[in-house]
Amino acid sequence: MIAIDKLCKSFNGTKVLTDISTEFEQGKTNLIIGQSGSGKTVLLKCILGLYGIDSGTIFFENRSLQEMDNKERSILRQEMGMVFQGSALFDSMTVEENIMFPMQMLTQKTPEEMLDRANEVIKRVNLINANKKLPSEISGGMQKRVAIARAVVMNPKYLFCDEPNSGLDPKTSTLIDNLIQEITKEFQITTVINTHDMNSVMEIGEKILFLENGRKGWEGSNQEVLKTENKSVGNFIYSSNLFRKVRIAYQEKS
Amino acid sequence: MQILHDIGGYFLMLSQVFKRFTRWNVMKNLIIREVDSLIVGSIGIVSFISFFVGGVVAIQTALNLNNPLLPKNLIGFATRQSVILEFAPTFISVIMAGKVGSFITSSLGTMRVTEQIDALQVMGINTYNYLIFPKIVAMLFYPFVITISMFLGILGGYIASIYGGFCSSSDFIEGIQLEFIPFHVRYAFVKTGFFAFILATVPSYHGYFLKGGALEVGKASTTSFVWTSVLIIVTNYIITQLLLA
Repeated sequence: MIAIDKLCKSFNGTKVLTDISTEFEQGKTNLIIGQSGSGKTVLLKCILGLYGIDSGTIFFENRSLQEMDNKERSILRQEMGMVFQGSALFDSMTVEENIMFPMQMLTQKTPEEMLDRANEVIKRVNLINANKKLPSEISGGMQKRVAIARAVVMNPKYLFCDEPNSGLDPKTSTLIDNLIQEITKEFQITTVINTHDMNSVMEIGEKILFLENGRKGWEGSNQEVLKTENKSVGNFIYSSNLFRKVRIAYQEKS
Repeated sequence: MQILHDIGGYFLMLSQVFKRFTRWNVMKNLIIREVDSLIVGSIGIVSFISFFVGGVVAIQTALNLNNPLLPKNLIGFATRQSVILEFAPTFISVIMAGKVGSFITSSLGTMRVTEQIDALQVMGINTYNYLIFPKIVAMLFYPFVITISMFLGILGGYIASIYGGFCSSSDFIEGIQLEFIPFHVRYAFVKTGFFAFILATVPSYHGYFLKGGALEVGKASTTSFVWTSVLIIVTNYIITQLLLA
């Protein structure tokens, strides 16, 4: 579980995040949603420790990130996996090398053991005949799968995804969402996903944190989001006709 | 203020480069890759430029020797002095600031823009050591490039002098042996060492701390070239003052 208590973050005097408090539970897909510029990516990078924070605390199973020294942070980071918006695969490495990379850097495994584990996760994310290809030779959807495979290869306790389905077609997008949810359940990971994809919200949003101008606007589940009277969430989620119709249908049904 | 910020940032970066070392089995491959791209990949252009500039130095010296009382061996002497003292170490380093420096800045800058550096950080890797240390080690081979430049510069001067009919082979060879001071070669290699460090680290700083997108990668490469060149020229002046004056 990850708990955030009164987190504030500013850049050059401009407040980006103000008094954010929430909890992300283990074995659930926790979503951070909000408009562009609402502070989603900054919040994610604060949790990852890539950005320092002005005040507040971030707890990883009661371990405060702010009180950790470099060694403890280094150990914590080995428990984290991250899927970046643009996949962030290493251009000069093949798919297989990209996935083996964290093991090469952080474990004492033999090359055979690393290859076995890499093949195991490659199979898990349904990557076929891509082991020896470079990231530039595979599609965006496949790149996301490689990024997910690289993120879970070390059996992380925490998985972070920054807009994992941006730039993907709806079908691939759903496949990636389902894959992340399956992995979360299978390995009981605490997963935090940054998204503004409403399909993801409805499909896998077990816990949703809505950010509005750097503040917590609302939180709840994908079931609760259909019932909420919160105007900002409503405006954000039901800005598309399709979702307005879904909401009307749901309200009529209930 | 920005300059002070950059200077502070540069030295903080250097302090991190030599901490929490990457495993040797990974590092050795990184070093080999950097030697290939930074050193081996530069030999061609350095050889080409050195040979022809050496030739031009010899021709220009010959054309300025109008006084019949001046011996022809001065052509070889002037070529050797120009090439060893300034052309090979300094001029080639400024060219390398464009070639190697831009390559380092743009490759690290692209890694920053595409979040590859963030990905390494999330894994708990010391990105300074992983990305910059191999470049510094690779640039330890830079004096070999300068040695090739010195040799080919003088060879270019020799061929231009002989085939241009400016002096005889024996005059030129006599000239390059005339009043040879071994300390001048040591001086050239001392400054080459400093230039190598500047060439590896200043462009790394500009690439590593890049902010923005693809456009900024181009801007950072230009800024990196300017600052690397400025530092090479200033360092050249200081070392020359300290060692030769």
